[in-house]
Amino acid sequence: MDFLVDALPSMLRAAGNTVWISAAGILIGLLLGVPIAVACERGRAWGLIYVSFFRGVPLLIQLLLAYYALPFIGIDLPAAVAAVGTLGLCCAAYMAEIIRGGFALVAKGGLEAARLLGLSPLQILLRIRLPIALQAMRPALISEAIMIVKASSLISVVGILELTRSAQALASSTFEPLPAYALCGALYLTLNLLLMLLARGRAA
Amino acid sequence: MIQALSDSLVAAALGLPLTIAIWLAGVAAGLVLGFVVGALRFFAPAALVWPLMVAVEVVRGTPFLVQCFLLYFGGPFIGIDLSPILAGLVALSIYGAAYFSEVFRAGFLAVPPGQLEAARMLGLTRAQAVLRIMLPMMALAVLPALVNLAVILIKETAVLSIITVPELTFRVQGVGSATFAFAETTLVLAIVYWALVEATAWASRAAERRIERRMAA
Repeated sequence: MDFLVDALPSMLRAAGNTVWISAAGILIGLLLGVPIAVACERGRAWGLIYVSFFRGVPLLIQLLLAYYALPFIGIDLPAAVAAVGTLGLCCAAYMAEIIRGGFALVAKGGLEAARLLGLSPLQILLRIRLPIALQAMRPALISEAIMIVKASSLISVVGILELTRSAQALASSTFEPLPAYALCGALYLTLNLLLMLLARGRAA
Repeated sequence: MIQALSDSLVAAALGLPLTIAIWLAGVAAGLVLGFVVGALRFFAPAALVWPLMVAVEVVRGTPFLVQCFLLYFGGPFIGIDLSPILAGLVALSIYGAAYFSEVFRAGFLAVPPGQLEAARMLGLTRAQAVLRIMLPMMALAVLPALVNLAVILIKETAVLSIITVPELTFRVQGVGSATFAFAETTLVLAIVYWALVEATAWASRAAERRIERRMAA
């Protein structure tokens, strides 16, 4: 009990960092996911290679690449920016696949009607195809968001003080890894439950 | 630089067998455990279904890295003192089982009840109906999702390097620490994993097409 009282404030602050990191990753993923989905749909090589790379290489390795290899070629970003950016780029590959799946569900007749009414391709994308695709793929988008919250734990490896990193610090300072990581897991679980409830509330 | 690259490739060749072994063993154990959990959640009485559902959601709702830490660093405090490799294998199996169990459960739900009723009408016992009608129908439906999850688990094995399992990532990073050539070693890692995942995905798609063709014939 004492452990909980002592540990909770700093762990809750760390959970706040995890929320921000994940939210930024998901936002970057959604924004980049749309053009990548369009590129993949048109069979553009760069889109297909992008998705294949970011879904084929473990996120841990992607983070290490951003941390070690980018400075090597002269791009020196603060660790936090590199980490959140990598999380977003990785998320974008998964989002693109989900959005592309959603595009396939948009009825052809609706698109033809929109074209006949004189809407530009960009208008059709933003006002018809994207809203329908996002609505239809809602469950997949939510589980991807949960995956990102969980994946953000890997950012601890490059030294960003989020939930997992704080739990590591707590475990080594108190010599009590069991409650430290159990609390850490419980906080991730709470975040993901909140995310699910939030998504369900919006849907109703 | 050439030296660092060739050292990384040697380390990758040394670490790859353990990565593949842990992956295969983890997928096998995860499939068995996942099938049992999925079947219990479908067939067992409600008193058993609830705890299982909570367990599956806990595993699916927490990061794999935290589960590894909990088992490897926390385990010894409650008498579970595992070597890194064994801890990694157990963690990967449990993580995989949670996801596999959901696929199996969905597969059970997807078999039309009419098929089972028809089998019972034809005089099959309940066990026969489940074993000879339900399971084959389900197996075909869940195969693509299971393969997909198995490919995802390849990437999760990289996380095991953090709890010092001497697999691919750990070995190649060791070269990085010894030579400070982190950029080269990480690049080698990325390319090896990319090739491994793409090759596995390609092979599984080929196998799926083959099975589909055989079922159609």
